This record gives sequence, C-alpha cells and structure tokens, in this order.
Amino acid sequence: MLNHADTTSAASASAQAPEKPGKASLPVTVIGGYLGAGKTTLVNHLLRQANGRRLAILVNEFGSIAIDEDLIEAEEDGLISIAGGCICCSFGNDLIGAIEDLRSVEPAPDHIVVETSGVALPGSVVASLSLIEGIRPDGIVVLVDAETVVKQARDDYIGDTITRQLSDAEIVVINKRDLISDSAAQSLALTLSDLAPNAAQIEAAFGTVSLDAVLGAVAQPSSGGTDSGGHSDSLFDSIAFTPQRRFNAPALAEQLATGALGVVRAKGYVAGDDGAIWLLQTVGRRWQAEPVDHQPHPQLVCIGPKGQLRTSDIEALVQAD
Amino acid sequence: MTATTIYTARKIITMNPNQPVVTHVAVREGRILGAGSLAELESWGDYELDTRFADKVLMPGMIEGHAHTMEGTLWRNVYVGWFDRMDPDGKTWSGAKSIDAVIERLSSAEAALSDPDEPISGWSLDPIYMDNKRVTRQDLDRVSSTRPVGVLHASGHILNANSKALEMAGLLKPGVNHPGIPLGADGLPTGELYGPDAMTPVAGFVGYDRAMTDCDERGLLDYAKLCVRAGVTTSTDLAARLTDESVSMMLDVTSRGRFPLRVVPLRVFFGMTPEECVAYVLELKEKSTDLLRLGRIKAVADGSIQGFSARMRWPGYHNGAPNGLWYTPPEQMSELYNLALAAGVQVHTHTNGDQATQMALDVFEPAIRANPSPDHRFTIQHCQLADAAQFAKMGKLGMCVNLFANHHFYWGDEHYRLTVGPERAMRMNATRTALASNVPLAIHSDAPVTPLGPLFTAWAAVNRITASGRTQGEGEKISVDQALYAITMGAAYTLHLDGELGSIEVGKRADFAVLEDDPTAVDAMAVKDIPVWGTVQGGRIFPASEL
Repeated sequence: MLNHADTTSAASASAQAPEKPGKASLPVTVIGGYLGAGKTTLVNHLLRQANGRRLAILVNEFGSIAIDEDLIEAEEDGLISIAGGCICCSFGNDLIGAIEDLRSVEPAPDHIVVETSGVALPGSVVASLSLIEGIRPDGIVVLVDAETVVKQARDDYIGDTITRQLSDAEIVVINKRDLISDSAAQSLALTLSDLAPNAAQIEAAFGTVSLDAVLGAVAQPSSGGTDSGGHSDSLFDSIAFTPQRRFNAPALAEQLATGALGVVRAKGYVAGDDGAIWLLQTVGRRWQAEPVDHQPHPQLVCIGPKGQLRTSDIEALVQAD
Repeated sequence: MTATTIYTARKIITMNPNQPVVTHVAVREGRILGAGSLAELESWGDYELDTRFADKVLMPGMIEGHAHTMEGTLWRNVYVGWFDRMDPDGKTWSGAKSIDAVIERLSSAEAALSDPDEPISGWSLDPIYMDNKRVTRQDLDRVSSTRPVGVLHASGHILNANSKALEMAGLLKPGVNHPGIPLGADGLPTGELYGPDAMTPVAGFVGYDRAMTDCDERGLLDYAKLCVRAGVTTSTDLAARLTDESVSMMLDVTSRGRFPLRVVPLRVFFGMTPEECVAYVLELKEKSTDLLRLGRIKAVADGSIQGFSARMRWPGYHNGAPNGLWYTPPEQMSELYNLALAAGVQVHTHTNGDQATQMALDVFEPAIRANPSPDHRFTIQHCQLADAAQFAKMGKLGMCVNLFANHHFYWGDEHYRLTVGPERAMRMNATRTALASNVPLAIHSDAPVTPLGPLFTAWAAVNRITASGRTQGEGEKISVDQALYAITMGAAYTLHLDGELGSIEVGKRADFAVLEDDPTAVDAMAVKDIPVWGTVQGGRIFPASEL
C-alpha cells in the first residue's frame, strides 16, 4: 500500500498491516472539535441525511446523547435506535470496547462515526482505532466555530488543544459561517490553511454539511457527469466517472488531493499501469492507493463544495488519454 | 445505662489543642465519651478498665484523603515493584530489584496455575529504578510463551505484554503505527504499551479489563485489611463510578459487623453532564451510612506529571515534552463548580500541573462569587506544582488542598532530572507554603500508585527525602506534629468530617490508630518505621495480627 501523510503527527499516519484478501473493513470517520463548535448538530444532520446508510454513531461527550428526539425510535441499554437503521451510543472512556461491542449489532453498520470529546486530539483517537482489526480509519473531520476559533487558538488554556486538533484535520468544517463577514471568512481561511495544512476546508452553517463530503461517497456511478441530487443542502457537487484507461494510480490520487481541484473526498477503483485494480481514497490532502485482490469495475467519485469543485479539470484528468 | 470502657495507654495523642496528650480514653456506644486522666473519666460512672493498650500509643484513626480501593483488588495479581510492600494478609513482598527477579516472581506464580489459559498479571513494575532498562515481550516470554502475561507499571500508565498477549490482541504484526507502541528492530511491538489507548486492546487479555478501577467485594474487604495494617480507619475512594451495583456492594460490605473501615467514595465527573452528576450525588447522599459516606464529586482537570499529561504553565516540561491534556476543559469545570456550589455539593479536583491548578482557581473564583458558599471546602487534590501565589489565592478563596507529599520519595529524582527540573522539583507538594497561606492541608498516598501508609506520607512531608537519598525542597518541610495533624484532622476537614473524626475528644467516633511507638518522640527519620498494632474503629478492636 502506498500512502501519504503530509503531517508531523505520527498518530494520523494511516499505514496499516495488509488486510486479508477479501476482508471488508469497516470505515470509521472521526469528528473532532472544541466544545461548542457544533459536532452534535453535525451528527444530527448526518443522521437526517443517512438515506439508507446504516451509521453507527459513537459519542464521547459528557452526559446524555443529544440526538434530536424526532430521530429516536427506541432506546435500550444505552443504545439508541434511529430511524433508517442507524444507531447511536456513548463510549465513555472505552472507545475500543464500544467498537468491539458493535460487532454483535445486526445488521452490521456501514460506517462508524466517532464524535470525540471537545478536548480530545482526533489524531490520537485515529491511532487507537488503527489498532483494531477490521477497522479502516476514514477521515478526520474537525469542526471550528467561525466566530470564536481564532480567539480560542490564542487562549492560554485551550489554544494548544485547538491547534493540535486542527493539525490532525483532513477536513475542517468552518461552522457558523453565517456569523462572520466575507472578509473575515477570507482571513479565517488563510489562518486555517496554516493551522490545518492537510485539510480541505468546508464552510457550513448550523452543521449542514453533505453526508458524502464528511463520510465519503458510496461509489456506485453508472455514467460520467456531475450530480448534486444526493446532497440535500446542494452546497456540494459530486462528479462520478467510469474511467476506461489505466493510470499511475498513486499519482492520480495525489493529484486529486492537492486541493487545487476543490476535492474534499474522492473514492473509487481504477485500473493501474500494472493492470491491477487499485483502490483510491482521498480525504483532504491525504491520499491512499492500494491494489485490491478482487476485481471491481472501475469507478470514481469526487466530492467538493459547489463552485469550488473543478469538474471539468477533474474530467480532463480522468478521461484524457 | 450502656457499658463504658476506659482504655489506658502509654500515651494518647489527641489532636485536641486543649489537651494534646492524655493517658486514658473512655468509649461508649462506639463513641468517645471522654479523654483525659482516669480520675477525670471516672466521673461518668461505672466502667470497665481495659489495659490491653497499656504499652501502646494511641492517636486518632488515620484518614487517607486520596486513595483508591482498587489497591485491594490488585493484590490478587503478582507484585513486582521495586520497594518492599505489604499485602492485605500482612506478608511483606520484597522489592524485585532486577528484570530477572521480576521474571522469577512471575514464573513462580505461573508454576502455581493449573488452567493453561489463565493469564499472569503483574503490577507495580518501575524500570526507572533499574537504570531505566526496558522490559520487552521477550523477557516476559520467559515466563510463558503459551499463556498471556501482562505487567502494569507503578504509574499505571504503561503496560508490558508478552508475545502471546500481543498476538491475542492482534498486535503481533509488522506495520503497527501508534505513538504509544514502540517497535523493535524486527518491526514488531517491543511489548511496552504507553497510555490507555495503547494498553486497552491488550489489557483485557492479561487480567486488566475495562472495569479494573471498580473495586469488587473481595477487593474492598482486602483494602480494609490494608487500612487496619496502616492505622487507617477512614479512607476515600477517590474516583469511583458508583454504579447501582457497586453502591449496593459497598453498602452490603460496610454494614457487616466486623468491617473495619469508613469509606468515602467520590463519584468521578465523567460520562455525565454537570447537572446529571450533581443530581446523581445528591441522590446517593441519601443512601449514606456511618461507614459509607456518599454525596461528593471528584473532577479531573489534567493527567500526571511523570506521564507528561499534566497541564503545565510556561516553561513547560523540562525535557521539552509537549504540554499535557485537559481531561475536563475550563467551560465544563466552570459549569460543574457553579452547579455544585448552588446545590451544596462538594467537589474535589485533581490537578497535577500548575496550569491545571490555575484553571481550577480561575473558574472557581467567579463561581463562588455567583454562589456564595462560606463553608464549601472545595479541595484541590495532588496540586503538586502549585506556587506561593496559587496557595495564597486558595487560602483567600477558602479552598483546601490535599498534597501528594510522598511523591518526592518515589519520583522526586525523576522530577528533578527529567520532568520539571530542579527548581520546580524542590517546590513540588509545598506543604509548608500551604500552611503559611492558611490552606487547610491533607497529604495522601494515592494508593495503589504508592502504598497506602499515612505514616510514610507524613515521614515524606517531614523529611522530603528522594529514593536516592537527596533532600528535595528543604524550605517546604513541615514538622512531625503538622504532618500528623494533616493525616487526621487535616484530612477530616477536607471531607467536612472534622466534627466527627480526626481527634480524640468527647463526642467523636472511637476511631484510633494503635501504634507500638510514639511518632512524636522518635527521630523524624524513623516515623515511617513505627509498627502499627492495628486500629479501633467505632469502638471495635482490630488487631492487625488477627485479620
């Protein structure tokens, strides 16, 4: 497996021992950010958009799980069942144990979302997750409060917590964007580029971010072209392809992750120069490419904010001979 | 008329300034009817004179203000610490002074097991004293290659595992990438696991499962035995989850006729909102009995100094390690303090680094202004690196402190050399500054982090000797009298129990530590060596030799 982690934090590197052939690994996305950044609102938003995807949400915030009442179908032994097949539970100080417990849940979840505590370092959480068999870390999303993050980052007590969280990020959600001016937003974007050099930035209000952008798309394209139909808030575009030619797969993944193309996440299978099928995944500036043993049909989905996703450039990159 | 027993003793140290030393104490209904001369006590009417303590020294039953009852549970595992340590049955295990000695002790435990799959669990390993030579999985493979072997370090922050345990946890493979899991030249984990994140996947296979910090029935019974041997009649259990099940167990065990200990468990502020936590302990408080005192909260602000997870002010760690972690952020601490003060619930707050202490003070001051509570006795626990200005502020705010006064002995050399450097190492656990700042003072062992033993902690506060024999912080030494007060009345005060416990005077519980010698008369360096005969708890007599 080739991978790239342009970060000083060893914790967020994604090297793993080779998975056994054919073994499906369960993706886990970690959502971090300081108190008040809007993590819980985002989680509720994801649950509303889940649309058939079975999300297992693991929450480590103090106290009761703040899932919107209308989403809850049942609650038993600390496990909340949510409309559409999703579940939610709190993991206290035992995340690994909670994930082990999920193995007995039927039907099995498609994707685990971990909402960390406000002071957790998400890179450390991912490092711990990488120790679990059958788990694939799939993105570190860090939320910030657009109005307060700059002040927080300078605070004597929590400043280093904020900057360490951001340095781990692969996607930064700039929440509460509606509370600041356009010029403040421009300046904030520059600050965050320094603090979160590996991350794609997404602006949001009230935690409304596309599920696909946060968790990655389910790559099932039948034809090329852009599509924003799956994104309820239509702040995001996605572009899906069935690439016909062979690629230097790592180089393609790296290009998709540079940020210049406006891609927040990309995922799919392409034929490599060597004839093997490669799995490509990018989250923010991090990319990963590995040959797979099975032979899925080539397909690739890229997601980015509407107006920033350079669909024609991506198309040129993928479709050109 | 109920029976009165008058005990005569060689000396009775009362902690009552009106009569600091007496010869007799009268006990009726488990309480102290009076202390004084026999002539003074005879005025209460008929009595039986009991001379069994005629050659002993009595002092108020010692109060351990910061310990964890899991010490009782740990003794079921194999002790491999550097220092000699007494188990609940009174057997002193000699310190294991080399890796070979550690392996030998684990191997003899292994030989005694019949079930081939049963794990071997060791505890209290401390390579610092063995030239910091690291223990590897290959070392532990010498104990067994077929059953899992795990050894917890004294700090509780590191676990060593053998190859079998790593294999069972799925970690015996190349490519493991975790900051808490060092790899050997062969690309495989060395077997050292740093921090809870790295320890957890393996811990369950080596006998250290998720609920390790929750004491069970046998553990609590064993813990109480350790208390009798240390002269302790009341102990906190400072970070309990206090589930319905564990509260029922504690109510059951402490109500048994011969249970020799008053337990004060604090509900840890974790996994609940501040509102829920305050409401929870208010409900628990109603279940309190004489020997189980519920209704207090323990909050944790930061981690530990030797684990580099404590929050430090500038200039940070001496070795350049990055600052530690907040376990509870300022906003949540503030909310907890406000709600608890409003509800009249006491909070004890763990801070190790000086920034964590400052944070606690910074959020406490506005909270106490908003919720005036003249007798709150909020207590900072450990508070190891606080400076004079912080103690002055605590004094003005009416806060108490419980300092980790024996840390100098166990880790003082490390603090001096590595973690905080010479100047702050000398300042650590500034008992004298605390008293000078009018901060009510207790001192503690944090058992099982260090052995339960208030006399040892008192000795450490008086002498400030490190394991290598250096004196660290001459200016922070306190007197023997001050140290003995801290382990009795001082600790009682931090728990609002000073009206019932902590001194030998009329009306208080008949709780005594029975000593073979007089800690105020021996050389200050010998205070730790005074043998403890046992205790009297609520008028009931518990000789250590008959446990």
